[in-house]
Amino acid sequence: MATMNMVHAINLALKEEMQRDKDVVILGEDVGRDGGVFRVTEGLLEQFGEARVMDTPLAESGIVGTAIGMAVYGLKPVAEIQFMGFIYPAADQIFNHAARIRSRSRGRYSVPMVIRTPYGVGIRSPEHHSESSEAHFCHMPGIKVVVPSSPYYAKGLLISAIRDPDPVIFLESTRLYRMIKEDVPEGEYTVPLGKARIVQEGGQVTVISWGSMLQKTIKAIEGVDAEVIDLMTLNPFDEEAIFNSVKKTGRAVVVYEAPKTGGFGAEISASIAEDAMLYLKGPIKRVTGYDAVLPLPKLEDYYMPSTERIRKAIDEVMQY
Amino acid sequence: MPETTIESCEVKRLEILSENGDADESLAPKFTDSQIRELYETLVRMRTFDGRALNLQREGRIGTYASILGQEAAQLGTAYALEKRDWIFPSFRENGVFVARGYEMYMILQYWGGDERGIKVPEDINMFPISIPVGTHMLHAVGAAMAAKYKEDKTVTLTYFGDGGTSEGDFHEAMNFAGVFQAPVVFICENNQWAISVPRARQTAAMTIAQKAFAYGFEGIQVDGNDIFAVYKATKSAVDKARSGGGPTLIECHTYRMSDHTTADDASRYRTKEEVEAWKEKDPILRLKRYMEKKGLWADSYGKQVDEDAKALVDEAVKKAEAVEKPKPQDMLVYTYKELTPRQKKQMGDF
Repeated sequence: MATMNMVHAINLALKEEMQRDKDVVILGEDVGRDGGVFRVTEGLLEQFGEARVMDTPLAESGIVGTAIGMAVYGLKPVAEIQFMGFIYPAADQIFNHAARIRSRSRGRYSVPMVIRTPYGVGIRSPEHHSESSEAHFCHMPGIKVVVPSSPYYAKGLLISAIRDPDPVIFLESTRLYRMIKEDVPEGEYTVPLGKARIVQEGGQVTVISWGSMLQKTIKAIEGVDAEVIDLMTLNPFDEEAIFNSVKKTGRAVVVYEAPKTGGFGAEISASIAEDAMLYLKGPIKRVTGYDAVLPLPKLEDYYMPSTERIRKAIDEVMQY
Repeated sequence: MPETTIESCEVKRLEILSENGDADESLAPKFTDSQIRELYETLVRMRTFDGRALNLQREGRIGTYASILGQEAAQLGTAYALEKRDWIFPSFRENGVFVARGYEMYMILQYWGGDERGIKVPEDINMFPISIPVGTHMLHAVGAAMAAKYKEDKTVTLTYFGDGGTSEGDFHEAMNFAGVFQAPVVFICENNQWAISVPRARQTAAMTIAQKAFAYGFEGIQVDGNDIFAVYKATKSAVDKARSGGGPTLIECHTYRMSDHTTADDASRYRTKEEVEAWKEKDPILRLKRYMEKKGLWADSYGKQVDEDAKALVDEAVKKAEAVEKPKPQDMLVYTYKELTPRQKKQMGDF
């Protein structure tokens, strides 16, 4: 078993799935010759050729729209949108087609496609390169939204996403890409979509997080008897895992880096309020980015939830 | 250094069958008499279906419907040039293409009557459901063509859209990808002069839509869209070219939307009677009938029989569509994903 970062783990997942299944193809801007702006697809063009690793014109709707056509025809395209802030031109294709073709055709056609896209703050980049707009996509039935928090889970989740019969948006935290290394097995293993994982068991408070915020959450709970849940799939999300934990701890904190209002934490909080309210000892807290246009690098550290802010919220709910 | 011309393009228009039914035999496709009759009978079936659908909507028996009146030759002439293995990606106005491809007419009515099961395309027809967001589906045709090329299938894809659709950004992206990847795809623009109330001149300042292809590095041609021979010939040539690795083609079928945009529209608000009247003489079916008369392929008894047969088929389709049981409410959930989500399973309990 090799130790690797998330870039290498995702690259390995792509490589192994392409070796296993010749219907898996990659398309996007700079994914071929350049190996992707984050080098996630490095070496794949050389190994699989340009019929399977396609440098496309600079056109997000075109990338996703043609990927839909490929998927309907029987391929398993993995499309890359270079940054999540640039996914919006493709939103029409994602919302109006990818999400709906199975339903529109009453099951005759489906779109087994993955859209990989880097997301999140923390790498000192220009405007539009730090978005975390997962909530938009969670509000569209027919789409799955997956967010890995570490190299091991990135590989296993991506393999599941590629094999999934429905369209999956796969969010990769730019901050995590090279931040952590862990043991990642060579060869096939999968992490199921739609299932959360308990990162650490605990009895006094449930802290729910995903993607880039998980590491900060783990740091923030030091000395607290907290149960940490890595949601991993946001849509459809594992509500049972959350309810079971909250029923045990009686307290809940949700941590994510997107703006607070209308963020996916609202869905989680409301779900807990609907189905596990009577087990709660105190209010549910959300620790999030601010309701602000994402700042440029000078202010991004203020925007991003810090371990202190997470800890403060935990301490507050522990008062009850 | 002198200024030089480094590229120039010519825009061609193809016409074979005149309004009075005379064909340029040097250009006409080599159809047999039985093929001519098949074309005529299919055109009549398309129009009969379309007229009945409009009536059904007025009677409140189906929902909003988009008529094809006047565009029958553009739809049949293109679809007729395809092989069964080829794929069609239609917009919302291709009801005639569905009829031409042998799609059950009762299912088309079932769909416009508000039941998604009507657009569950049978396994033996390579056709995509209609796409309502204008211009977006051309990309699917290009992607499918790229996939066919990758799989070395020798399959061609063909996609329909209107003059309005060419103003959408996705039209540009689809044409651009098709050119860059030399995808085996044929773009059919049914230029029917009106995008609801907005005339063709407001969609582009270019003289033709056909010429847009040149900017993407492939051929474009305008044809008289009410001339089934010209439409067929241009499409067949484009399909053959795509199949043999020659890449995409754009065909602009210059036609006219004789009807309102949909049953929710009133075209008299924005265009003159005179304009519509002038197009009546260009009618695609009348034109083929005149040709058949000149060729000795016509008898009034034949014409009457074709009308009656079409009416009987459509009558049967209406009866069948109206006999279909309502869908189960659970259907709206079960086709969202391959498998129900845990939350959907709970929601199923409401029914």
